[in-house]
Amino acid sequence: MVSFLSHLFNGISLGSVYAIIALGYSMVYGIAKMLNFAHGDVIMVGAYVCFSALQYWHLPPIVGVLISIVLCTVLGMLIERLAYKPLRQSTSLAVLITAIGVSYLLQNLALLIWGANNKVFTSIVPFDALRLFGGELVISGESIATVVCGVAIMIGLNAFVRRTKMGKSMRAVSEDKNAAELMGINVNRTISMTFAIGSALAAVAGVLLCSTYPTLTPTTGSMPGIKAFTAAVFGGIGSIPGAMLGGVLLGVIEILGKAYISTELGDALVFAVLIIVLLFKPSGLLGKPVREKV
Amino acid sequence: MSGAANQPLLVVSDLHVYYGAIHAIKGISLEVNEGEIVTLIGANGAGKSTTLNTIAGLLKPRSGHVHLRGQEITGLGASRVVPQGLSLCPEGRRVFQQLTVRENLEMGGYTRPAGEIDASLQEMYQRFPRLKEREKQIAGTLSGGEQQMLAMARALMSKPTILMLDEPSMGLAPILVEQIFSIITELHASGVTILLVEQNAQMALSVANRAYVMETGSITMQGEAIELMHSEEVQKAYLGS
Repeated sequence: MVSFLSHLFNGISLGSVYAIIALGYSMVYGIAKMLNFAHGDVIMVGAYVCFSALQYWHLPPIVGVLISIVLCTVLGMLIERLAYKPLRQSTSLAVLITAIGVSYLLQNLALLIWGANNKVFTSIVPFDALRLFGGELVISGESIATVVCGVAIMIGLNAFVRRTKMGKSMRAVSEDKNAAELMGINVNRTISMTFAIGSALAAVAGVLLCSTYPTLTPTTGSMPGIKAFTAAVFGGIGSIPGAMLGGVLLGVIEILGKAYISTELGDALVFAVLIIVLLFKPSGLLGKPVREKV
Repeated sequence: MSGAANQPLLVVSDLHVYYGAIHAIKGISLEVNEGEIVTLIGANGAGKSTTLNTIAGLLKPRSGHVHLRGQEITGLGASRVVPQGLSLCPEGRRVFQQLTVRENLEMGGYTRPAGEIDASLQEMYQRFPRLKEREKQIAGTLSGGEQQMLAMARALMSKPTILMLDEPSMGLAPILVEQIFSIITELHASGVTILLVEQNAQMALSVANRAYVMETGSITMQGEAIELMHSEEVQKAYLGS
């Protein structure tokens, strides 16, 4: 029972990281109608920047995280401006291939800057693990921090899109770009803002992920990126609560699967669940069925 | 004509619009004076909506000019045309289905200072009491007529000096069509200049001061609405008699 709880909590923690990444995927998809496959690599850049800030420049962790967030935000907006914006009128296949290209570019730039050797990330979480049931159940400080961050981001983001003018205009753009433009909404700026927010979240996710799983390589972001994409589709791509739910569920399934079914099959299980959900509910758990506009 | 220096409010001159290789608008010129209702009628596919979308800045013309109050607005882009005082209520209503009625209206007032939004909201609720009742409802749950009213109210939220309406009566029951047209007349009476695109030529000509008839990308006839209503060609082609 105690080990189950421990796995469950680890799952929720990993799932929160997926959820934070998935939010970026989902928001960008909702507004720009494109899959930004370079999103996972922004996570990796975020982790490297934070690592450098702590390791080489000896800055306090909180400053490291802030630098990482700022740099990733700028990076996200830059990627959108240079790689995706010129393709606004192109086919989705062209955009998809470009996104994959950006992904490789980021990985190789990281290889160039930080080298091929693994870096060992030092956790930025300052507090100790929580011991329950007389020390039998140990919940790491990283897990607690990750879950708290995940919940805070979810609540914050939801309030942002529901209450603020910018958030409402994002929802408007996501539904109908032309109509939004007729309201005087600057669609290009809205898309750029979405990339900024998604990339800032990716930086947070990168730091949290590497605090729990400290091995940092140029491909650190790819697998979590793909899983988070799966989580976004699982929850219903374009939906913010969907991304959160999908992320957490996926994390729990992965950890429990690895613990009780098979360590090797853990990842396969994740994708199997996705396939099953899509068979029965093609728009994802919380996604709305898409009506084609005539 | 009450415009400053006798200048028409909206002047479109020799506008050419292409969709790829298709020459959709072939050199259209038209004018709307302040305080008028002008209607643009014509068959399906004549290019009426394309004309409005180009004026509003959603489409870029290959050549030609659009002037609003003497200022060139050609190719500015829709989001920068709105603050100049021109608003388009698009074909098919295009309300934001997943936003509430209130949020739709707030989006309509996107370019206005935050302090003025509330007063305009109240104004819209007074003009369209139905929207007040449905304030917190998701727009997708409204009936077609209610959505049309929402779309018009939303377009009015930017306080336009000229409102362009694209097929406001499309797909509505006759009683609702009457209602929409009486709202158009009311709006006009309250000082809004209107450029109206309609397939319901009968109704459009009955409320308009002047009219243009479009056929396959060109204007073939123009004049006082009353004259056109009685012209033989218009009767035959568009009024079904």
